[in-house]
Amino acid sequence: MKPARFTYHDPAAIADVLALLAEHEDSRLLAGGQSLMPMMNFRFVQPAHLIDLNRVAELGYIRADAGTLAFGAMTRQRQIQRDANVQQACPIMIEALSHVGHRQTRARGTIGGSISHFDPSAELCNMAALHDAQFVLARKGNQRTLGFDQFARGYLTTAIEPGEMLQEIRLQRWAKPYGFAFEEFAMRHGDFAICAVSVLLTLTGSGAIDAIAIAVSGVAPTPQRLRGFEAAARGQMPGHALCREAALQAAAIEAMSDAYTTAAYRTHLARVLTYRALEKAVARFKSQDMT
Amino acid sequence: MMSEKSFGTSPKRKEDFDLLTGRGRFVDDIVLPGMYAAAFVRSPLAHARIKSIDASAALAMPGVHAVISHHDLPATLRERRLPLFVPHPTLTSRMQHALAKEEVCYVGEPVAVVVADNRYLAEDALHLVEIDYEPLAAVSDCKAGARPDAPRAHADLESNVVSRMLSSVGDIDAAFRETPHVFKEEIFQHRGGAFFMECRGVIASYDAVEGALLVYVSSQGPHRIKRALLDLFDLSDTQIRVVTPDVGGGFGPKGSFYAEYAAIAACAMMLGHPVKWIEDRRENFVATHQERDQYWDVEIAVDAEARIRGLRGVLTHDNGAYTPWGIVLPWISVATVPGPYIVPAYHIELRSVLTNKVMATPVRGAGRPEGVVVMERLMDRIAREFKLDPAEVRRRNFIQPSQMPYNVGVIFRDGKQVVYDSGDYPACQDAALQTIDYDAFRARQAEARLKGRYIGIGIGNAVEGTGLGPYEGAAVKVATNGRITVSTGATPQGQSHKTTLAQIAADQFGVSIDAIRVETGDTSKISQGIGTFAARTAVNAGSSVHLASVKVAAKAKAIAAKLLDVREEDLELRDGYVQLAALPGGPGAASDNARQVRKSLAELAVVAAGMPGFAMQDGAEPGLESTAYFTAPQSTYANGTAVVEVEVDIETGRVTILRLVLAHDCGMLINPMVVEGQVMGGVAHAIGNALFERMLYDDQAQPLSTNFGEYLLPLATDVPRIEIVHQETASPLNPLGIKGAGESGTIPTIAPIIAAVEDALSPFGVRILEAPITPQRIVELLGDAALGRTR
Repeated sequence: MKPARFTYHDPAAIADVLALLAEHEDSRLLAGGQSLMPMMNFRFVQPAHLIDLNRVAELGYIRADAGTLAFGAMTRQRQIQRDANVQQACPIMIEALSHVGHRQTRARGTIGGSISHFDPSAELCNMAALHDAQFVLARKGNQRTLGFDQFARGYLTTAIEPGEMLQEIRLQRWAKPYGFAFEEFAMRHGDFAICAVSVLLTLTGSGAIDAIAIAVSGVAPTPQRLRGFEAAARGQMPGHALCREAALQAAAIEAMSDAYTTAAYRTHLARVLTYRALEKAVARFKSQDMT
Repeated sequence: MMSEKSFGTSPKRKEDFDLLTGRGRFVDDIVLPGMYAAAFVRSPLAHARIKSIDASAALAMPGVHAVISHHDLPATLRERRLPLFVPHPTLTSRMQHALAKEEVCYVGEPVAVVVADNRYLAEDALHLVEIDYEPLAAVSDCKAGARPDAPRAHADLESNVVSRMLSSVGDIDAAFRETPHVFKEEIFQHRGGAFFMECRGVIASYDAVEGALLVYVSSQGPHRIKRALLDLFDLSDTQIRVVTPDVGGGFGPKGSFYAEYAAIAACAMMLGHPVKWIEDRRENFVATHQERDQYWDVEIAVDAEARIRGLRGVLTHDNGAYTPWGIVLPWISVATVPGPYIVPAYHIELRSVLTNKVMATPVRGAGRPEGVVVMERLMDRIAREFKLDPAEVRRRNFIQPSQMPYNVGVIFRDGKQVVYDSGDYPACQDAALQTIDYDAFRARQAEARLKGRYIGIGIGNAVEGTGLGPYEGAAVKVATNGRITVSTGATPQGQSHKTTLAQIAADQFGVSIDAIRVETGDTSKISQGIGTFAARTAVNAGSSVHLASVKVAAKAKAIAAKLLDVREEDLELRDGYVQLAALPGGPGAASDNARQVRKSLAELAVVAAGMPGFAMQDGAEPGLESTAYFTAPQSTYANGTAVVEVEVDIETGRVTILRLVLAHDCGMLINPMVVEGQVMGGVAHAIGNALFERMLYDDQAQPLSTNFGEYLLPLATDVPRIEIVHQETASPLNPLGIKGAGESGTIPTIAPIIAAVEDALSPFGVRILEAPITPQRIVELLGDAALGRTR
């Protein structure tokens, strides 16, 4: 479990990173290293060049604008968890992050690293889907911004091209007050989720659904929004019937299977967790316990 | 000033300062001059014929010193196979070569070894060694492998069933004929591996001047490794020294002799440089022994009062590809089933089946947890059929303390009948039940169900043969400067031997444990040794330390009595002196008089060593020292009861352990804190085995679980606070009344977790006849009920 030979670069500025990326076709970016280092030790990936982003200070920031919450790709998960702006503006992020690995891994792990790796179970990918995230991709002399559906290509696959770097992630903030919930099932605390479901919603004065977003991750190769349900739910009164309807929609997602987890179990979890998440988000909205 | 008895108290561990301040020394901490690093080329296929090996590209790499495969090995290693530790007449043994010869029989089997300047280069070179394999059909599942038409795990085997052994007591046919109450179960159990924190590792260094081989190895006993190397290399006893430094966990599989050890020793001898091999975690998953699969098809006959008349069935055991421990593991399972219960007739056929997987050898508990699961699942079945409380069914069947010693009749793996020496099984269960407030549980359960919560309770009772022979010695020596050293072949892997053995010696010398140096795991320090496994060290080494210390203390008194002209019986050992003992009822122990009339251990050791030119006084044996090899007539039997309360989330299948009580009797406690640590670690193992740990293979015996993201050990968040109740029934079989404790947390505890999950799900009629049980499996068993509110 020793990596194959590679050349190590540790640039200090974004421009230097992009220059190195342009120069070395067979290269990988090292962010927090919580996935890449084991993959290199297993020799699953053997890049000729490793470009370490840990000295690039300008990639670590959190900016709260009117409509968005923007994260520099190298912002540590632990830093996001402890950020007062995020705690105030986007409490569901804090709840989601509490499931991301362990405190030790969060101290190293970054939002950009997690989203670039794009594990189907990753909580931060779920958050990106839920918040209609935009992704700023940079290459030498060029930049583009993609929405979630353009960015998410498949299992562990994003639209990031060779020579490109994920520079910033922008979440679309919801105006308060809103209800939220993040429900996850993992075998042990901190494990990759088998399934996670997140909900954001607002209710009208009469208690009907005003706006709602539901993201289900871990089931399909990429996080899925329940768009059909979200559209149909507007104006409906939340209760058992609506929670059940959401659950059935989540259960309709075509699920993956592997040696450990069947498609049927993933589908089952999507179903029960969606019910629970929606129920909890409604209750929170109603109790105004949304800080 | 040391006056109180240390035995039975909990002083801080002697080991901790070094370990906590980075002064521990593990194999990988050892760096010898000119040392090379090795990496193994391992079979990627579960069963194949080796057609050719081409190492030329690897050898051409700068920094690579050798690529050694079977045909390059010294002649004795080509002719001989690894030793079989415990032969058995029913066993057709299959032993491994140091490096595979023509056929590979499991994924991970060593085929060649690359020696290079460092491990990075060695791993680069591994990928350049080209091996042409002809794939052969593989045996993945042991039950399928036992069928006559199954492919063979070795090409030349007549049958994969390499042992059929009957364990038979009483008239089994009569037992089943005479009662209509017969219940049958098919139980599948899987235990994973040991997964110690420190993987295996070995360094071999050959001194061509002395013709001597020095081996550092992370093991559970260097003496047996030395014996194996002596056999394989044809060297004389003094030519091999094996040392085991600090060890980061063993749990059984580090007690085996592995092909890698022989191969690395050969590399060092062939290259004239020390060679180090440190197992990495991926290798650990494919090449370190595991415990794995057992299928039990059993039935139990009980009378109208729910008392057992007979138990019979078949155990099909997954042995893996070779038989390094013979049939020890499944044999222990079979001998454990009767447990604390009266089983008048017993008949189990053990079928040990070769599969194309890494070898199955004992992991903490060593087949006993599986035996307990079988018996306790049957007990719960009887309770359900008779509508009796599970605790009551057990009470009706317990062996009573008045029946001790109790002959179970089954032959244990030491070749002797299982005879329980002592213990109070009904009292142990009662203690556990009281602690968890068992009587009130059904009310708690009913109340929880009203709130949509499903809680359940389970009971597991076990009797464990501990302190297995033949012996473990101790050499106790007072140096001429007064320093006291205890040397033993026992080899700690976290069991605190340096503390507990020092406590035993300290009581004879009247000193603090800090004054006793304990040396373990070095074949140059004591001639004979067996090692630390099977909860045997406290009993065997502990008794030897006691006996040797008693002798040395007596010798010190004898010499002092002569020098001081007093009677031996008036003397005592205290704080490094032999002095006049305080008179009973006198004013304090160390009177002025006593202090004046005394001799230091250093002075006495000098006298005992003799003076050049002078004869030894009265023909005394030289040296203030003694070596003892305590050997017990048979195993001593510890027992325990685990009671577990769980909650199951029926919609996700998640199991949460709410309470876990473990009452146990390991005889007299040397150090309660150490015993509790052993129990807690053992319980964590059981929780892993019950709920998490699964070593998956595909149908071609390709291992699928090869890292800790796939193979789940219990985390701190999965292990509840463990409530421990000690009972102390002195064993009559050794001078200190000790029984073993290293496995007592594991053995009874898988069964009650499974039982508690089943109990929680009883409204849905779910039956659980497998371990581990996962959330996914629970949801499958629940069927539509798991849809819960989404139905």
